[in-house]
Amino acid sequence: MSAPTPQPPMPQAAVPDWQAVAHGSSYPGVGYTSPIPVVRTHLGHAISSEWTKIRSVRSTMWTLGVFVALVVGIGLLVAALVAANAGDESLQGENPLSFGVFGLLLGSICIITLGVLTTASEYGTGMIRTTMTACPTRGRVLAAKAIVFFAVAFTVTFASVLLVALADVSMLTDAREPSTAEWLKGTLGVSFYIALLGLLSLLIGSVIRHSAGAITIMIGVVLAPLVIALFMFSEALDGVRQALFEYSIPNQLSVFYSNSLSESGPSGWDPLWIALGVTAAAFAGAVALLDRRDV
Amino acid sequence: MIQLEGLTKRYGEKVAVNNLTFTVRPGIVTGFLGPNGAGKSTTMRMMLGLDRPTAGDVRIDGQHYDHLKDPLKYIGALLDAKAMHGGRSAYNHLLCLAQSNGIPKSRVAEVLDTVGLTAVAKKKAKGFSLGMGQRLGIAGALLGDPRILMFDEPVNGLDPEGIHWIRNLMKSLAAQGRTVFVSSHLMSEMALTADHLVVIGQGRLLADTSMADFIEQNSRSYVRVRTPQRERLLDILHEAGVTVVESGSGALEVDGGKAEQIGELAAQHQIVLHELSPQQASLEEAFMQLTAESIEYHAHTDTPQDAPPARQQAWGDGWNRS
Repeated sequence: MSAPTPQPPMPQAAVPDWQAVAHGSSYPGVGYTSPIPVVRTHLGHAISSEWTKIRSVRSTMWTLGVFVALVVGIGLLVAALVAANAGDESLQGENPLSFGVFGLLLGSICIITLGVLTTASEYGTGMIRTTMTACPTRGRVLAAKAIVFFAVAFTVTFASVLLVALADVSMLTDAREPSTAEWLKGTLGVSFYIALLGLLSLLIGSVIRHSAGAITIMIGVVLAPLVIALFMFSEALDGVRQALFEYSIPNQLSVFYSNSLSESGPSGWDPLWIALGVTAAAFAGAVALLDRRDV
Repeated sequence: MIQLEGLTKRYGEKVAVNNLTFTVRPGIVTGFLGPNGAGKSTTMRMMLGLDRPTAGDVRIDGQHYDHLKDPLKYIGALLDAKAMHGGRSAYNHLLCLAQSNGIPKSRVAEVLDTVGLTAVAKKKAKGFSLGMGQRLGIAGALLGDPRILMFDEPVNGLDPEGIHWIRNLMKSLAAQGRTVFVSSHLMSEMALTADHLVVIGQGRLLADTSMADFIEQNSRSYVRVRTPQRERLLDILHEAGVTVVESGSGALEVDGGKAEQIGELAAQHQIVLHELSPQQASLEEAFMQLTAESIEYHAHTDTPQDAPPARQQAWGDGWNRS
């Protein structure tokens, strides 16, 4: 046990006349004054704090590590299998980038998990009370988390996707050369989409405040539309079935490689705009709830 | 300084904190006392802007908590020891707090040293004992060198050495002119540290008084006397105009009496004394009596959100003026 107080010896303030203080309407400048300079904090402070948080827990390394392993591993494996087994003609006119979708679809579960953990784990551990005490502007905390997470998720996804894309193009020499638009969609676009999916998970985590619950919901959002569509046998439901199919996240992912599972529905950059809209709405809702609820 | 004005928190039908008004002043340790479930933690959470009050107002140095730009420099709080991510090291836990308030990095090492955790700074918090977790929480509270400190049950789970350390820490923080607000459900603990007492029960203010006044009001002091010549001593004391109560175990209790006076009387009359000892009723008892009243009162009511009946008001008022 060293010194019981944190600062160098200071002239001790006399015990104030607190009766006078208590009954006076204005607060006189009695009490302790710290030598630490006063700073007007802003979003930048919250961002550096959240960056320290996200890099200092092991779950970040785990989820991102597994994500890279899945995306790159499956991506390269698929490319190798296709290259070995495809006949001379079969790859004609194919976009070689599209073989990256399988790994990305599985890997998205990791990004969803990390997104949820970024917010919900603070509720599980009680850290949220410390966080909100340090920064009572709750919207700022959520914005900082969103920015840091999005930057991390996008960077890691983009690097992995780019690696797989380059491998696909070099290994699948029979396929056609992708156009610039296809390159953009198949790397930048799809990385934005995955990062947005993670961001949506982060916001759901903030609303649900429970890691397992939020992860389950998000996996449901990814898988349920396809599964439900599979069991809609009745003809009367054909329209619904078609919509569920087209707007399911796996199908929207494949749109980035311009090989949608169906002919109608979203095309081009549509999935990104849809994800942007949904995430923006979720952000507004999460901020409103965060402000209203007790921590 | 922390000012509460009619602070109220309702969870549905249940009133957790009922119309609390008091002021926590700088330069002294203010003890916040109440039995478990009295609303202490809820009150503290409202002070920190974590819970929104149903009615009323709390101000920190005249401002609402959410308007503080760098709150850790105004007010440091230890809410519960485990309000941290177990997977993060002590150093990183404090670092992310420091960064959010623009506090220089060097402070992290300083507060780790203050609480004696420098050796385990790089270790994960989940491996910490309750006492170490408590110390890390206190390090977080001290990080911004704030002029207000708030500790919720700080001695919970600490060993005697740790309790001693916290007591001295709180006293020295107050001596520097800071506002120190500490909650506890142990009167005996408060008697050793607090200069001022705020007692609540069932969310209501029961007492807001200085420690000295509380002791004076509540501690019955008496002298216990044991003698083989009981009847003679009783007669003599009666003649001297001293009132005596016979306690169950054959001893005599002299209320407000002076041990010297009784001893001299006994010597004059050559009475053998086996015991002559000044006694004080414990503050714990006084506190239990005070709060038991509020619990008992509550048990007989159906609708707690009704306007406070006169009897309950009388309790609070009486203490206020003492």
